[in-house]
Amino acid sequence: MARPLINVPKTVRRGDSFEIRILIAHPMESGQRRDEYGKQIARDIIHSFLCTYAGEEVFRADFFPAIAANPFLAFTARAVETGRLVFTWTDDHGAVAFDTVEIVVE
Amino acid sequence: MQRRFLLAAGAALLALPAAPAHATRTDVAAAISALTKGAPLRPGRVKLDLPLLVENGNTVALSLAVAEPLPPGERVLSLHVFAEGNPLPNVINAFFGPRSGDPHLATRIRLATSQTVIAVAACADGSFWTDSVELLVTLAACVDEI
Amino acid sequence: MFQGGVAHAAPHSGYDDAGPQVRAMQDDDTQNPGFLWVQQGETLWTEAAGSRATSCATCHGPVTAMRGVAARYPAFNPATATPITLAQRINHCRTEHQGATRLPPESDALLALSTLVAVQSRGLPLAIDDTGPLRPFIAAGETFFRTRQGQLNLACATCHEERAGHHLGGALIPEGHANGYPQYRLEWQKLGSFPRRLRACMLGVRAEPLPADAPDATNIELYLAVRARGLTVETPAVRP
Ligand code: HEC
Ligand code: HEC
Repeated sequence: MARPLINVPKTVRRGDSFEIRILIAHPMESGQRRDEYGKQIARDIIHSFLCTYAGEEVFRADFFPAIAANPFLAFTARAVETGRLVFTWTDDHGAVAFDTVEIVVE
Repeated sequence: MQRRFLLAAGAALLALPAAPAHATRTDVAAAISALTKGAPLRPGRVKLDLPLLVENGNTVALSLAVAEPLPPGERVLSLHVFAEGNPLPNVINAFFGPRSGDPHLATRIRLATSQTVIAVAACADGSFWTDSVELLVTLAACVDEI
Repeated sequence: MFQGGVAHAAPHSGYDDAGPQVRAMQDDDTQNPGFLWVQQGETLWTEAAGSRATSCATCHGPVTAMRGVAARYPAFNPATATPITLAQRINHCRTEHQGATRLPPESDALLALSTLVAVQSRGLPLAIDDTGPLRPFIAAGETFFRTRQGQLNLACATCHEERAGHHLGGALIPEGHANGYPQYRLEWQKLGSFPRRLRACMLGVRAEPLPADAPDATNIELYLAVRARGLTVETPAVRP
């Protein structure tokens, strides 16, 4: 379940604002639940998320345990140049994951 | 009769909340003043959208947008969400870089119970704006009535 | 013909009983978390597995060739003269055709392949053949549906026929159709199979839940599919 689902328009007009949608497979275990034996389940959440566009930061977020399992995010970027959107996120195990998509600006 | 009938059933983990403790209005106020550092919080500019009636608190669609055209040169730097009835006051902090488009954010959150959710927007001129939604969270299913 | 009673007159999908938020999640593939499993399924479809190092695609070609298949499942398996679910059929291909191990029930891999195959039939009407050798199994499923069970002594029909449309605590009791599995359930915070939902309802009445591959679990799935005739495949459905 490693790969996220990323949705962006294939092409955008220069200067326009466009939406980026991402769904990431992650249990976002809140650390507030107990298992069937009453033992607390350790917290395991994605705590930070970053999106860059042609090398520059577009959007960054701190997640808390109140972000739902399999996190969904939608935010916007302004089309300045054809380039790569890079998404990076880190969870409590220190696992850093990333994915990229190309965006063509006309 | 067990209240949470069907909903926890079937899950390999009967996930009971560890502690009924939840953030209070004071916790949220403290988290907000840590952000604003005493600057006044005004209604406006930011619009928080949440369903008023939530079917399952595990996944609640939230969206935030800038409510009105900002003065020229003004920009929203960050959006923050707080929940008074969750175990922790913070939900998300979102920061918008210079390449971001119209400040807008959608995500899905967890809500432990019926409560008030508060959003704060921080603008480049140092001003802070807020909006809130009071909502009702129903349990997925109970057998009390059968 | 198998007649379900009043509620059966025109089956009403659980989708219609869900709130606008849940329906919006199901309607938009970019927001429906079930598509995370569809995507994983696409990867697995073309990945060589087992001692024969073949992939699903080696024999079946593009997955779009599976359109219509899920609408006919559970189907009759002449080799065993019993019904077989879609997940069991996929595992049969794994063991017999790929020389690979069975994927465990509720594993992400089995859910992913089942969802990928089922989503190809999205929008197609359920099409179980209830005139042939499946008849006795459908009848057994209906008997199970109408038999009171568990410490609460309730039949599936008590809730899903007699009380469908009424409230159980905060939740509306749906007609209990199985046209959207595997489905993303907010309560589970993940995708789950029909047998998992069945276990949830059985635990609810304090009955001993059936294991995924129990013949009765397949019979009830089969009966529910016949009972839901007129509805279309919604996989991956989203439910509260
Ligand atoms: C070596 C060839 C081969 C491979 C590899 C293979 N299958 Fe099959 N599959 C078959 C054959 C042959 C059938 C017809 C029934 C039978 O004999 O099992 C079938 C039937 C099916 C069916 C039922 C189709 C229907 O119309 O009822 C499904 C679903 C299916 N396979 C899925 C898969 C999946 C998923 C994979 C990969 C995990 C896979 N198969 C791998 C040969 C293969
Ligand atoms: C006490 C009432 C009750 C009984 C008895 C019951 N269920 Fe349910 N069932 C529900 C409720 C309520 C839901 C909706 C889920 C929720 O919100 O908890 C549901 C959901 C379902 C669904 C999901 C429908 C969808 O749209 O995906 C299926 C399938 C189902 N039940 C099958 C069964 C079967 C089979 C039995 C018998 C073994 C059964 N139920 C017994 C109350 C019941």
